[in-house]
Amino acid sequence: MLRVSLRKRRAEFELAATFAAPTPGVIALFGRSGSGKSTLVDMLAGLLPPDEGQVELAGTVLTDTRRGIAVAPERRRVGYVFQDSRLFPHLTAAGNLRYGEKRARSIPHSIGFGEVVDLLGLAALLHRRPHELSGGERQRVALGRALLSQPQLLLLDEPLAALDVARREEVLPYLERLRDWLSIPMVYVSHQLEEVLRLATYMVLLEEGRVLAAGSVG
Amino acid sequence: MGPVSSAELDALRLSLEVATRSVAFSLPLAVLVAWILTRGRFPGRTLFDAFVHLPLVLPPVAVGYVLLLMLGAQAPLGRWLQARFGIQLPFTTAGAALATAVMTFPLMVRAIRLSLENVDRGLEAAARTLGAGPLDRFLTITLPLMLPGILAGAVTAFAAGLGEFGAVITFAANIPGVTRTLPLALYTAMQSPDGDPLALRLAILSFVLGLAGLLGAELLVRRVRRLLGR
Repeated sequence: MLRVSLRKRRAEFELAATFAAPTPGVIALFGRSGSGKSTLVDMLAGLLPPDEGQVELAGTVLTDTRRGIAVAPERRRVGYVFQDSRLFPHLTAAGNLRYGEKRARSIPHSIGFGEVVDLLGLAALLHRRPHELSGGERQRVALGRALLSQPQLLLLDEPLAALDVARREEVLPYLERLRDWLSIPMVYVSHQLEEVLRLATYMVLLEEGRVLAAGSVG
Repeated sequence: MGPVSSAELDALRLSLEVATRSVAFSLPLAVLVAWILTRGRFPGRTLFDAFVHLPLVLPPVAVGYVLLLMLGAQAPLGRWLQARFGIQLPFTTAGAALATAVMTFPLMVRAIRLSLENVDRGLEAAARTLGAGPLDRFLTITLPLMLPGILAGAVTAFAAGLGEFGAVITFAANIPGVTRTLPLALYTAMQSPDGDPLALRLAILSFVLGLAGLLGAELLVRRVRRLLGR
């Protein structure tokens, strides 16, 4: 289970979201832009401290403001795929993939370099620099980089939003593969209903910082 | 114009040595100060910023004089350095390098700071989620992305350091073979009754050196930018 109960006051609105979703599976955070999705994901990653609340994943407490627990992002083992991919421009695709892998050396590996390259079709891209990749390729590398850090939770913040329709169709099947083949729980942020219906096993509907509805999909 | 004299070669060699030592000495410090000025949030930051930039607006002679007051043979700090480490700075090549470093420090900090401000903090956050701690992030992400600015700062400071006059002559004097760098040799030649040909040659040499330095900086920065994919 991923149990989340978080509160954060921002300039524009107040986020107060509570839900408990079964894991593994793809938990979709669905809502219009400005509904607080990105704020929520940043708090799950530990990059943004909540005003109060808890995050608990499979019995492990990652955040608990009452008990003063806040596992640092670098020790949280939460992979993050950003909307703008954020590949390191001075490293090749392979260098980017290895970055997280190297730092996860002490963690028992559930997924290896070769496996990620096969799963995401990255073999032809390994020697290229981020600026030599298309938008879709960049997101695939970013996905692989996050997976190789051996995360216990994978966050995807609108990973397809910056892509055109054709590129989305190029990346979506890979995401479906990850969902079906790996047992890593994923939180998928989107404001595109088709994407959510295709990928999600559980949906959390957000509006103006509140959970309107939550439940299993399909 | 006669053949190249040993005085000219001495001056050229000294200028290169002084500029190199001053850059080597001040570069790590400039990276640190640029970091503090860009990322640091503390009371007195504006004052610290102004202090770092002071050599840009002070008369170089005043900077040399302040150094002399601080590090001269009579000053407590100067005496301590002499007694504890046997280091004497006034009237030495090392002293000329120090005076040059102080004068070119703001140039270096400005270039490095600009490049640090351009580093996407989102990339550092990404490195964080991939398990990189603070020092790790700095060394593997921030520093490599700052490299064009660090190089630009170093080469600009080097080129400017070749020609530092006021602070050097005040703090380290004008000793042939020890602190008589190109500009000091040029000045000396101009003062002597039959020094005009030498002065002209030294001026041309300075000009060529400065131009080469600036062009070299530009090429180097372009090359590194290409390596970084920009």
